[in-house]
Amino acid sequence: MTDPAAITIDIVSEADVVTARMHGKEMARQMGFGMVDQTRIATGISELTRNILQYAGTGQLTLRPLSTLHHCGLEIVAQDQGPGIQHLGRLLSGRANSGRGLGLGIPGTRRLMDEFDIQSEVGHGTTVRCVKRLP
Amino acid sequence: MPRIPVLKIKDVLIVSLQVEMQDRLALELQDDILSTLSRTGARGLLLDVTSIDVVDSFLGRVIADTASMARLMGAETVLAGLQPAVAITLSELGLKLPQIRTALNLEKGLAMLETGKS
Repeated sequence: MTDPAAITIDIVSEADVVTARMHGKEMARQMGFGMVDQTRIATGISELTRNILQYAGTGQLTLRPLSTLHHCGLEIVAQDQGPGIQHLGRLLSGRANSGRGLGLGIPGTRRLMDEFDIQSEVGHGTTVRCVKRLP
Repeated sequence: MPRIPVLKIKDVLIVSLQVEMQDRLALELQDDILSTLSRTGARGLLLDVTSIDVVDSFLGRVIADTASMARLMGAETVLAGLQPAVAITLSELGLKLPQIRTALNLEKGLAMLETGKS
């Protein structure tokens, strides 16, 4: 089975959140992820793309099948050139309650994924990279 | 954008979420539900999520808020038909829905509201 091709989706409106998670779910299904993992992936994408809209205005989401010596998985990269995150530690611990959200988006997505990495520079933007591994 | 119908049967409002829920649609639905509650004096709200395959923290919070607002207006909310994968994901995400009773399907949800039993 050949893996589906990587795709990048511009995130500029609410409709793109829906498009992105539908693409993610479909890619996950094609790669052989089960129903629960497909839902985890779609939900994580929904959280990350909504964060882009809410805090940066616009950004990009890239979905890419990964295949290394050790594992196969779906890589999700959410990138924006927004204001960046000032209190990353508080955010990751779930103690931040920054805006309209419950502060669940980032720590929640981290729990849904197998790998999670966030880079943020104040004034330059934020990149979240996560991977769901194929069991 | 389509609107989601809010149906009334006896004392219960029935709302079936069936399309990809965008944020604005969810908030419009919340308004529609509350104004219909106010207009009809319904005592129950049955939210059917059988065909919803993603509930993220935003939609989850709109559902929780709607239930607590409905309670302030004298109506109990039952969430019916949550798919297993969605239930697992919601729980891992850390979202709690403390104000909401749940039912396996629409029929059981309606029975809960009609008899007032939990």
